[in-house]
Amino acid sequence: MRVLLTVFCKEFLENLRDRRTLFSALLFGPLFGPILFGAMVSRMLHQSVLESDEPLRVAVSGGEHAPNLVRFLTSQGVQVAFTSWSESDARDAVKRGAATVVLLVPREFAPRFTAALPAPVFVVADSSDSQTRKSADRLRALVAGYGNRIAQLRSQIRGLSPLLAVPIAVNDIDVTTPTGRAVVVLGFMTYFVLFSVLVGGLYLAIDSTAGERERGSLEALLSLPVARSALVGGKLLATCAYMCLSLAINLAAFVVVFQFVPLERLGMSANVGALTALEFFAICLPFVPLGAALMVLVASFTRSYREAQTYLTSVLLVPTLPIAFASIYSLKTQSLLMLVPSLSQHLLMTSVLKDEPIAASDFAVSAASALGLALVLCAATARHWRRETMLG
Amino acid sequence: MIEASFLCKRFGAIEAVREVSFRAADGEITGVLGPNGAGKSTTLRMLYGVLTPDGGSARIDGIDIRGEASAARGRLGVLPHAPGLYGNLSARENIEYFGALHGLPKERIRARARQLGRALGMESFMDRRAKGFSQGQRIKVAVARALIHDPSNLVLDEPTNGLDVMAIRNLREILRDLKSQGRCILFSSHVMQEVAALCDRVVILGQGRVLADGPLEAVRSRFGAATLEEAFLKVLAEAEAL
Repeated sequence: MRVLLTVFCKEFLENLRDRRTLFSALLFGPLFGPILFGAMVSRMLHQSVLESDEPLRVAVSGGEHAPNLVRFLTSQGVQVAFTSWSESDARDAVKRGAATVVLLVPREFAPRFTAALPAPVFVVADSSDSQTRKSADRLRALVAGYGNRIAQLRSQIRGLSPLLAVPIAVNDIDVTTPTGRAVVVLGFMTYFVLFSVLVGGLYLAIDSTAGERERGSLEALLSLPVARSALVGGKLLATCAYMCLSLAINLAAFVVVFQFVPLERLGMSANVGALTALEFFAICLPFVPLGAALMVLVASFTRSYREAQTYLTSVLLVPTLPIAFASIYSLKTQSLLMLVPSLSQHLLMTSVLKDEPIAASDFAVSAASALGLALVLCAATARHWRRETMLG
Repeated sequence: MIEASFLCKRFGAIEAVREVSFRAADGEITGVLGPNGAGKSTTLRMLYGVLTPDGGSARIDGIDIRGEASAARGRLGVLPHAPGLYGNLSARENIEYFGALHGLPKERIRARARQLGRALGMESFMDRRAKGFSQGQRIKVAVARALIHDPSNLVLDEPTNGLDVMAIRNLREILRDLKSQGRCILFSSHVMQEVAALCDRVVILGQGRVLADGPLEAVRSRFGAATLEEAFLKVLAEAEAL
């Protein structure tokens, strides 16, 4: 125990003096998620505001063939710019970005409209650009709305109920609560939380194993009359400490970011305050020793800093696998899934975000499975350290 | 005192050390001499416990290295082949870290580190980070680190590697000083002059075996050689002939 604490203090102090460790463990790792997240949500917000408030700008060619349609569009707030483009001109204009959407009204529109035959119009837009696609969708909806009105008027004139043309009325009932809607956006926040845990311990795990070997201090250390399990235990503990620090900074940053991101304006409310942060911390705490043991174990097998870095950056992606799997199959919280570390943390954190109650048993199973696996990995690490090949 | 008897170690098909026996007495400097790949490092590594012998045994101050590994290693100061330091710790912290791992009380570690700093002439860089140290400074810190628990035996694996002339002379003086304190010093080298200048006894290793063993003078005269170098070459040639 004394040896373990001695190693812990030394590793903790030594890495506190290392700029690279500090940058990755206490700056990049924990702040990357919240900053990216804040930027993304702000952007989404900006776009949705843009969508509803910004007037739709449409270039209309051949408007003289459909004056009523143009009048209707103008009455709906569309800013119409009249042109006399041919189809290929319109294509060019959209490609060049001179116009976002072009409405082409061909010459045969008027005679066909008068004859009550389907009158053609063309919407020219670039569907690979999400911004113009939205404009095109809005234009299409407006034109279709105009068409519906005409259809209703025509049936009335012929003495038919306009309702005949509406055999089915589809109604959407959206059961997501504002919080639930936010979860779609916040879904990847849980991965950032787990990521910050792992990045927090990344350099310490490398430095205290592969680094120790590379700088040649390992042999002197191993020649001491102390149990190797105590040596590696101290290193694991120091890795855990940095992971906890990183996690705490990450959660604090998320809380701060959410103060500034006006989720309500997206019709969402996020349940992210100090209490949520504490709950997240409790949920992720059992994941900390698991991550530390995994990283130290992997790093113990490598011979150099560089090699360790290569392997450990792939370890950073490990927790994404169950989460990606869960989102592909849209798995919901259920007891059996609590056995899968990283997935169980993801599901529990999602429940907290949704303001759903968490079963104590779920929490216990999640913690126990993570800690159990951590114990197995710790034992494997200690076993590896006792072997002669550890010297490399 | 360090005694090795019939130490054996193999790595796969390679027999690195075959029945190596010798004795390094207190108050003497014993040199393990041999060409590269003779089994010097492997032998020393078995003595300080990072490798387990496949056969034979060894005692440190009469304590069996396998039976009471911890007690035996506690009586040993070790300077391995690559004596790396922790770059972000100062020389003093590097030294004190090992003292703490040995379980020494804090005040004693402090006093001992101060004393070693003076004795090894390290006062000017004791509190500087080890990152930018010269090779000579590194070796001094590594020696001090090995001596923090005041062991009666010191094992050094090619300690003069990479040192300049001044640093080598410096190290020699330190080792002579430690010898005069009655410690048992065992060090390996492939540099003849090194051993000739410093050692009381010499153990010549070749292909994992002890080819010659005894006081410096005795080894030299047994082979009718004028210098140790000549004796060394004769010993190796004899071994080749077998």
